[in-house]
Amino acid sequence: MQELIVILVDGLVFSSYLFMVAVGLTVIFGVMKILNVTHGSFYAFGAYMSATLIGAYYSTDWPEFGGFLAIFAAALVVGVFFGIVLERGLLRFLYHRDEHIIVLATFAMFLVLEDVLLIIWGTDPYFAFEPMTLLGSVDIVEMTFDVYSLTLICLAVVVGLGLWLGLTKTKWGKLLLAVIFDREVSQAMGINVTVVFTVTFVIGAIMGALGGAYIAPTISVNPGIGVEVIVLAFAVVVIGGMGSIPGAMIGALLVGISRAAAVHKFPEIELFVIYAIMAVVLSIRPEGLFAPAQARKI
Amino acid sequence: MRYVDKTVVGLSIAFVVLLFADFFMAEWMRFIGLQSLARGAVALGLLVLWRTGLVSFGHALYFGIGAYAAAMLTLVGYHDAFFLVLAGTLASGLLAFLLGFLLRRYRAIFFALLNMAFSMILYGVIVKTEELGSTDGFSVLTPTFLGYAPQGEAVQTTLFLFTLVFTYIVTVGVHLYLKTTLGGMSMAVRENEIRVEYLGYSAEKVIHVKYVFSGLVAGFGGAIMALAIGQVDPDSMANWNVSGEFVFITILSGIGNVGATYIGALVFELIRTYAFEYAPQVWQFILGGSLLAIIMFLPDGIWSLIDRLRKSEG
Repeated sequence: MQELIVILVDGLVFSSYLFMVAVGLTVIFGVMKILNVTHGSFYAFGAYMSATLIGAYYSTDWPEFGGFLAIFAAALVVGVFFGIVLERGLLRFLYHRDEHIIVLATFAMFLVLEDVLLIIWGTDPYFAFEPMTLLGSVDIVEMTFDVYSLTLICLAVVVGLGLWLGLTKTKWGKLLLAVIFDREVSQAMGINVTVVFTVTFVIGAIMGALGGAYIAPTISVNPGIGVEVIVLAFAVVVIGGMGSIPGAMIGALLVGISRAAAVHKFPEIELFVIYAIMAVVLSIRPEGLFAPAQARKI
Repeated sequence: MRYVDKTVVGLSIAFVVLLFADFFMAEWMRFIGLQSLARGAVALGLLVLWRTGLVSFGHALYFGIGAYAAAMLTLVGYHDAFFLVLAGTLASGLLAFLLGFLLRRYRAIFFALLNMAFSMILYGVIVKTEELGSTDGFSVLTPTFLGYAPQGEAVQTTLFLFTLVFTYIVTVGVHLYLKTTLGGMSMAVRENEIRVEYLGYSAEKVIHVKYVFSGLVAGFGGAIMALAIGQVDPDSMANWNVSGEFVFITILSGIGNVGATYIGALVFELIRTYAFEYAPQVWQFILGGSLLAIIMFLPDGIWSLIDRLRKSEG
C-alpha cells in the first residue's frame, strides 16, 4: 500500500512533467500539422535561461519568492523570441512542402540550436536550487517529497485547464478550431491563418520553454537535455493522439505512472517501458488514443 | 543489353576506379569512404522506402541490430567478416520482416514515428544491458576474411574491398529492381494507394517487400560500420538522432538515383568530419545549417544538380 502511494505520487509528478513538455508539441501539431523537433531546443533554452535568471535574481536581495517570477519570465522570453524567429524566419517558407521535409527542417534547426546553446552557456552544468530549497519538503507515508516537485502537478493542471478553456470557450479558441478543421475554408471565411499560425507556434514554444524553465531547479542543467526530452515528448503525444490536449494528458499519465512503477518495481526496464507503451498503443490504435477522426481522401 | 543503362555503367566505372584507388588511398580517406559506403547503404534502403512515400525515423534500429549482432559474434569467437556481415544483415532483415507485418499498415508520420518507437526500445535495451557495455559500448575484434587475417593497415584495405564488392552488387541489384514492374509500383503506391489495389496489386505487400529490403541493407551498413570503427555504442549506433542522420543523407542525395545515395553519404561524412576537425564547437551547427540549406535551395537533393546540368546541355 505504502509503495503504491509512493508510485502514485512519483508517477503524478513525472506525468505532470511529461504533460508540460508534451502539450506545446501537441498544440503545434494540432493546428499546424508540424511535428516540431525544435521543441527539444525550446525546452533546453527554457531550462538554461531559467537557471541563469534564477541565479541572477538570488544574487540581489529582493524578496525570496520573487524567484518564481524569474522562471516564468525565462519561459516567456525564450518562447516568444524563438517562436517568432522560427515561424517567421523558417517554417513559413516550408508550409507547402512534404510533412517529412518539415520534420527534417526542424531537426536541422534543432542541431543548429544545440550548438548555439553551447556557445552561449558552455558545457558546464548549471544549478538553480533556490526555489526548490525555499519550498522545503513534506513526508508522505514516510517518504520525503520536495514540495517544489508537487507544485509541478498544480502547474500542469492549471496549464491544461487554461489551454482547454481557451480553446473551447473563447472566440480565439473557436477560430483556432476552425483552422484545425479546415484551413482553406477558414481562410476563405476571413480568418487570418497566418496570424493564427504564428500565435499558435509562439504559444507552443512558450509551453516547451516553460517545461524546461520549471524543471530547471530540480535538475542539473547540462547539454543534452534537449535530446532526451524530445523523444519523451514524442512518445506522450503519439500515445495520446497528436493534436489532442486531453490525449496529451492521458498519454502523460499512462507513461508517467508506468515509468514510476517500473522505477520502483523493475528498474532495469525503466528506460524502454515508455517506448514499449508507445509501440503497443500505436499498433492497436495507430492514430493514438484520442486523435480526432480524419477524412480519407481518395 | 536491356539491363545495362547509364546508371549501371556509371556505378561500374565508379566501382572499378574505387577498387584500384583502394590500394593508393590515404588511411583517413579509406576510413571516410568505408563510413560513407555503410551509411550510403542505409540511405539506399530509405530511398527505396521513400519512393513509396514512406519515411522512417527509426532505421537506427536495423543499423544498430546489424552492428551489435556482428560485434557480439566477435565476442563469442567468430571473426570471419563474411559470416559477421551476413549475420548482421540477416538479423536485421528478420526483424524487419516480423515488424513489417505491423508497420506495413501505417502511413505518413505514423509510420515514421512507430519506427522511431521501436528503435528507441532497442536503444533502451542496450543502455540498460551492462553485459553490452551500456552507454560505453564495447570494442569489436579485428575480422578475418575467409582465413586471411590481415594486420595493420591491410585490415581496412581488405574491409574496403569487401564492402565495395557487396555494395556494388546490392546497388546495381536495387537499380534493376526499381526498373521492374514491382519496383515501379512504388511510385504508384505513393501517388494513389487505392488505385493500386484496384489494379490488383497489394500495396501492403509492396511496402512490406521494400521494408524488409531496407532492413537488410541497414543491417549490412551497421555490420560494416561496426567492423570499420572497431567499436559499437548505443549513442552513435541506435539513438534517434542517428536515424535522423540517415534521413538527412537521403534528402541530401535526393531519391532520383541509387548512386546518389553514396555521393550524399560521402558529402555528409565530409561535412561531419571536417566540421568536427576544424570547428568542434559548432559541428552540429554546420551540419544542421547545411541540411537547412539543402532543404531550402536544393529540394531534390544533389542529384538534381546533375539533372539541371543535363537540361542546360540539351
